[in-house]
Amino acid sequence: MLTAATLMFHVIFATIGVGIPVMIAIAEFLGIKKNDPHYLLLARRWARGFTITVAVGVVTGTAIGLQLSLLWPSFMQLAGQVIALPLFMETFAFFFEAIFLGIYLYTWDRFKNRWLHWLLNIPIVIGATLSGFFITTVNAFMNTPQGFDLLDGEAVNIDPLAAMFNPATPTKVFHVLTSSYMTSALILAAIAAFMILKKKGSFTYHKKALKMTMIAGLIFTAGTALAGDLSAKFLAKEQPEKLAAAEWHFETESNADLIVFGTIDENNEISNEIRIPGALSFLAGNSFDTEVIGLNEFPEEERPPLWVHYAFDLMVSIGMYSMFIAGIFVLFSFIKRFNEHNKFLLMGIIASGPLAMLAVEFGWVYAEVGRQPWILRGIMTVDEAATTSSSVGIAFGLFLALYAVLGFFCVRVLLKMFRNKPAEAELEQRFPGGKL
Amino acid sequence: MSLEVIGISVLWLFLYGYLIVASIDFGAGFFAYYARVSKREHIMSKLISRYLSPVWEVTNVFFVFFFVGLVGFFPDTAYYYGTALLLPGSVAIILIAIRGSFYAFGNYGSKDNTVYLFLYGATGLLIPAALSTALTISEGGYLEETSEGVVFLAGELFTSPYSWSVVALAIVSVLFISASFLTYYADRAEDVDSRAIMRKFALWWSAPTIGASLLVFAGLRDHNVEHFRRALDLWWMFGLSLLFFLIAAFLIYSGKRYGTAFIMVMLQFFFAFFGYGASHLPYILYPFITIEGSVVNETMGTALVIVFILGLCLLIPSLYLLMRLFLFDADYVKGKK
Repeated sequence: MLTAATLMFHVIFATIGVGIPVMIAIAEFLGIKKNDPHYLLLARRWARGFTITVAVGVVTGTAIGLQLSLLWPSFMQLAGQVIALPLFMETFAFFFEAIFLGIYLYTWDRFKNRWLHWLLNIPIVIGATLSGFFITTVNAFMNTPQGFDLLDGEAVNIDPLAAMFNPATPTKVFHVLTSSYMTSALILAAIAAFMILKKKGSFTYHKKALKMTMIAGLIFTAGTALAGDLSAKFLAKEQPEKLAAAEWHFETESNADLIVFGTIDENNEISNEIRIPGALSFLAGNSFDTEVIGLNEFPEEERPPLWVHYAFDLMVSIGMYSMFIAGIFVLFSFIKRFNEHNKFLLMGIIASGPLAMLAVEFGWVYAEVGRQPWILRGIMTVDEAATTSSSVGIAFGLFLALYAVLGFFCVRVLLKMFRNKPAEAELEQRFPGGKL
Repeated sequence: MSLEVIGISVLWLFLYGYLIVASIDFGAGFFAYYARVSKREHIMSKLISRYLSPVWEVTNVFFVFFFVGLVGFFPDTAYYYGTALLLPGSVAIILIAIRGSFYAFGNYGSKDNTVYLFLYGATGLLIPAALSTALTISEGGYLEETSEGVVFLAGELFTSPYSWSVVALAIVSVLFISASFLTYYADRAEDVDSRAIMRKFALWWSAPTIGASLLVFAGLRDHNVEHFRRALDLWWMFGLSLLFFLIAAFLIYSGKRYGTAFIMVMLQFFFAFFGYGASHLPYILYPFITIEGSVVNETMGTALVIVFILGLCLLIPSLYLLMRLFLFDADYVKGKK
């Protein structure tokens, strides 16, 4: 529970942490290239807000790092033998990013050549993306452990690289990275759309921001959808119980139906659902004849809880919605006849930001709960791995309070920061008369 | 050199790095808060924030590095320390979280919020206290292994004179290290007023540092005689530590060469810390974990060492760049950039 709470809180900041640097780099690039102070200011203001979220991301990330050992001592004792390598490399990536982020934030006006400052983005983006990569390989390992043999509960014949590049790694990493980029783009787009809708401040500035984030958003949502599709195919092959639980798929069969929404009762009877005939088989293997393994093949105590279906559906629906909205916007902005800034579209975009973050949460809930009861699939259950200490309850209460406080102040500080200094005032101050 | 010795030396080096940079950071938070309540803020806070702003994140990484590395090289430590440290560890994490976040909130968000600064300053002294419990526990006597698992004897820890002497040493060292660094930094910035304040602090905290160290030795003799004997065998390291301390105190007192003085302080803690670490071996956690018994399998150990060397090739130039731009750039330090 405590790990779940910490992770869910951390994921918000981690997603932003991986995605925003890319957006900042793009904005600064456009600004220098086009000689446009609007984009430069965008990069600057995003970067300023970013530091606040990075701070919270860093401290919650530190918390998880320690909690792994504190709450799952037996798991770490075993898995530490096998996955120490990516964990260790992750801290290097993090270190690298931290150093250059510090330099980046304090050297805006120190270099004569703006490109030199832009170059600092590269190590930041690499660091952020690599730390996302390394940590995801650890999670992938927990889903499809390999690279060692088990001898009386001890890990032997260890192959660190095989453990890192396990079957789940490629799809997981791909999906995590694209969805982080997508979520960050949509959140920034939501802010811009909100400012336009409320008719606050400089239109040109926010319109440029919206267009840029929406185009990026469309590309990243498409990438996310592709990655999601690949993930489903991977699950069908390597972790069929997870996919089956998400789709309430009990009997092994070909031409299996995809179930959208619906409810399930204690006898596993499904009602209120939308059935798409054969689509699950298609999802699993690009053909209606693909045989999809059902839950009945697994003993009852090794099945994941069935409510993960809802998390899965919500994640997919939000993903579809985001792609639709971003697509409409980009289409409208290229065809002169339509007004891409009409009220409904703007409201749709505003919704897409928080929704995307929710989708990230749903996705993680599905991925993590879908692997229950295992912490190391097929090797160690969650119960065996948990600490025996009796103080977990107190710690849980303390951390919950901490996250509430941090969340509250983080939002408050961010709002205050941008309200006190609107974009147009800062634009005039930094670039008088709109000149560079 | 065997794998486990390389492993523990690397980790100890990082813990030492953390000790130095974190002390500067923790102490600076405390001094910044002190400056505000004593209305001397205009002098000192600029200096402190100019140093801290670009580096505070890096400080945090040293720590993450240490414990990730420890679990990587010595997975058994996860089992024992993990169970034992759930509460003190959680408290430390929470304090670190509050400190880091409120530093950012205060520094980038609302600069004049005293509550933020208080949270930042106060936690700076509590974190070393919380973290030092891990070192105390490593001496043994606070854990009990039963059939149901490892039990942490919190009562023993809170009533032990040894554990309190370690806490005292941690806090005064933080203030001493930080003050001597900031004296040097103020000197570089040609900020005479701040320098005078920080110099006074450095001198003020120098004697308690040595006093607390002696207390720790006395406490260790009562608590873990074996370790105390091994420490006596390495007496020359502690002697060197004392020597460097005297040089540092003399330089700060005579008001010149603050840079050299700070290097002396670093050497003082280097020898004390490594003397302590070396005499602690072969135990990582007395009497449950020794370095030979708990070291990770060889393949992983070798991979970790390789990654470590590659990582350093990346980190050292980056750190150098960071220091060049902010620490040793005279114009930046003086606030002109």
